Amino acid sequence: MSATPNGAAAQPFVSHSIRLSLNGQDRQLDVLPWTTLLDLLREQLDLVGSKKGCDHGQCGACTVLRDGKRINACLTLAVMCDGAELTTIEGLADGDQLHPMQQAFIKHDAFQCGYCTPGQICSAVGLANEGRAHDTAQIQELMSGNLCRCGAYSNIRAAIEEVLEGKP
Amino acid sequence: MTAIGKPLDRVDGLLKVTGQARYAGEFPEERLLHGSVVSSTVAKGRVLRIDASRALALPGVVAVIDHLNRPRIASYDDAFQDDDAADGSPFRPLYNDRVLYSGQPLALVIADNLELARHAGSLVEIEYATEAFETDLLAMQEQAYASPQTPPKPRGNFQAEWSGAAVSLDLHYSTPVEHHNPMEPHASTVLYQPDGTLHIHDKTQGPQNCQAYVQKVFGLDKSQVRIFAAFVGGAFGSGLRPQYQLPLAVMASLALKRSVRVTLTRQQMFTFGYRPRTLQRLQMGAAADGRLLALGHTAIGQTSRFEDFSEHVVEWSGMLYHCDNVQLTYNLVPLDVFTPLDMRAPGAALGVIGLECAMDELACALGIDPVQLRLINYAERNQNEDKPWSSKALRECYSEGAERFGWSQRNPEPRSMRDGRQLIGWGMAGGVWEAMQMKASAKARIDGQGKLTVSSATTDIGTGTYTVMTQIAAQASGVAVEDVVFVLGDSSLPTAPLQGGSFTVSSVGTAVQQACEALTGKLLAIARQTYPVFTQAESVRFEDGQLHTGDVSVSLAQLVKDSGEDALEVQVDSEPGKKREGYSTATHSAVFVEVQVDEDLGTIKVSRVVSAIAAGRVVNPKMARSQILGGVVWGIGMALHEETQTDHQLGRFMNHSLAEYHIPVNADIGEIDVVFVEEHDEIVNALGSKGVGEIGIVGVAAAVANAIYHATGKRVREFPITLDKVL
Ligand code: FES
Ligand code: FES
Repeated sequence: MSATPNGAAAQPFVSHSIRLSLNGQDRQLDVLPWTTLLDLLREQLDLVGSKKGCDHGQCGACTVLRDGKRINACLTLAVMCDGAELTTIEGLADGDQLHPMQQAFIKHDAFQCGYCTPGQICSAVGLANEGRAHDTAQIQELMSGNLCRCGAYSNIRAAIEEVLEGKP
Repeated sequence: MTAIGKPLDRVDGLLKVTGQARYAGEFPEERLLHGSVVSSTVAKGRVLRIDASRALALPGVVAVIDHLNRPRIASYDDAFQDDDAADGSPFRPLYNDRVLYSGQPLALVIADNLELARHAGSLVEIEYATEAFETDLLAMQEQAYASPQTPPKPRGNFQAEWSGAAVSLDLHYSTPVEHHNPMEPHASTVLYQPDGTLHIHDKTQGPQNCQAYVQKVFGLDKSQVRIFAAFVGGAFGSGLRPQYQLPLAVMASLALKRSVRVTLTRQQMFTFGYRPRTLQRLQMGAAADGRLLALGHTAIGQTSRFEDFSEHVVEWSGMLYHCDNVQLTYNLVPLDVFTPLDMRAPGAALGVIGLECAMDELACALGIDPVQLRLINYAERNQNEDKPWSSKALRECYSEGAERFGWSQRNPEPRSMRDGRQLIGWGMAGGVWEAMQMKASAKARIDGQGKLTVSSATTDIGTGTYTVMTQIAAQASGVAVEDVVFVLGDSSLPTAPLQGGSFTVSSVGTAVQQACEALTGKLLAIARQTYPVFTQAESVRFEDGQLHTGDVSVSLAQLVKDSGEDALEVQVDSEPGKKREGYSTATHSAVFVEVQVDEDLGTIKVSRVVSAIAAGRVVNPKMARSQILGGVVWGIGMALHEETQTDHQLGRFMNHSLAEYHIPVNADIGEIDVVFVEEHDEIVNALGSKGVGEIGIVGVAAAVANAIYHATGKRVREFPITLDKVL
């Protein structure tokens, strides 16, 4: 699939070329200045694992990892990602080997419909990278940017605790 | 073989944690067009003019469809009626120039890409002739009329018993408008096939409901429309009726003969059905020993001008407790708003708030423990229907829940417990939901490798349908869980009812069970024809993918080969069991809640919940527990957070975003302990399983409110209970 939106050729707008590492692959992409990272992923690259729950930075469904830090892809313009190392839910597993966070989410049934799940998992991996969450209350607070309408919160917590504690 | 009862991980878990599960708006196609909905900014009136010239001038904008240039649609109400339609005239998108509510879709912009469609939508100018409107239930309650769906008739002599009782209470409660807000916005992707038929990925709880709707509204043949819904990102009722993005996407696709996707914005998720605002009055009369002598429950709910949305708000008050003098009233007030829509435990989540808060107030007035008061008035029969229960382990819910919670340590005095500046309160409530069963069909097919595929046109909105149906099929066929695939979310599969009301396990599960049993019947017949040892065998069993008798066994795969066919297949249509007729069937719960209320700031935190559930046999304890956890979270949201606020000057919802429409976040949710009490039921269905999607929410908001009273000594009867109301 082309990295240029359909019909862009007809538009009098200049697209920008960016280079980034996306799920371990070097990519060169042409993006229009207003395209968000989330729309780049979902609409142009068919990486629909990153979800759009609000498009306003209010739900966390679009959370991805940029240079290991969790960000809202809907609040990030694609052009801002030049030179970045991006990981989306599609790039977390190592081949067939799931990331421990993915495994823990399955084991603890930390999701129901699954729509908030990629964002929750990326956010949880980002949280682990931050090294700031040392108890349940901190996990709760630091995961509160990721809404789950199915209400899987306590199971999400259990999954994260297990990974943070390094227990299988 | 006991696949049923195992805490199996979700069979679709891998797809969901790796981002591979595709939802309705996530099916790509070369040259897919994108639609953006332009919504009304006024609450009532007529569209005088729609000027789309600036939008159409943009390169890449393909069309703007409105009521004047849309494709032909049906002109009779019945074409728009769906399986969950309310009484009245269903809303018809882009039908004519009438504006019936703020946020109504008035045009669809179609463009080559999403951003362009959104931008072009902002350039469409609409001129209106506005009219006076009314959106305030409180202001209009005098205009209430009886709902067309009437509650059970009065029994006994309510008025006399109420006024003559040793203790009589007259209490008023109110609940706000709430929106479903599944995390996945509603979306439809219409893939226009080379032969002109439509393959549609839709966010729905009923693929066949949407198929019939599209077929009727657009005058198509059934074979021209196929609806898919393999994954649904939550719905909670929002997908029970076809939502307007579906007909809009179909219009565009038919007009342009192209594939089109329409996804609603989060703001537009506030422009269709919702849980209606209610005003409730509870009148209770009791003897000094706690016996309920009289119970009156009146509810007024809002509806639209075009449909009478009604749900069971007050029925529960006639069945949860024994009371011989009961009067139930349910009225509606039409407003210039969209029609409300079933939302998780529709009716019960509302009515049980009034009932269970009033029971707590009665317990206080009588000086009787709230659990004790409920036991005194335990209903041995459902007096609404004058029938015995098929099973009812509510006593066990009270006792096991109380035990787990430590209820016996409770000092009944309000404000008697604290932790520094935090006032601690303990409250409880009961819950009830019907255990319904609908007609459903399923197909079971086993191939020469012994792989079993079972299918039905239901959905999995996060409930775990894929997984529990796999377990039911494995159990009924003796095929290992790993060798079973359950297929759903496709209108071409055997008929299934809407996925709602907690009746999917009961209905589709029964069909799956029967289909698999019929299939084993076929397999046995082949074995009897082929192998002499089975011809005479009196006792046989299906286990581990084999048919056994004594020490002899033959694999099911071999039997398929013996049949000379590639595969064996059976389809069954199942009906609710005849045994059910003489009984009332329901799930029950008891919820115990601890809250911490900051004495200075009024902030409220639910620190601990024990939810004890009686729902018959649990097919998958892991998934069932998750359903209850979700219900409890919803109940906490109802108690403390959720409220769609209307600006009655503009007739429009104000807080239409996830920043301003508050739902619980991770930090709001403390410990939740779920207990499934033993409940044996041979009447409800052959599985003995009642369904758990709704019961988890019922009673929770009341239990939270009762705990807040216990903490603060303050009764808040207007939901949600925000900090300003407890200070
Ligand atoms: S879609 Fe980005 S925060 Fe909601
Ligand atoms: S799993 Fe459905 S929103 Fe979180």
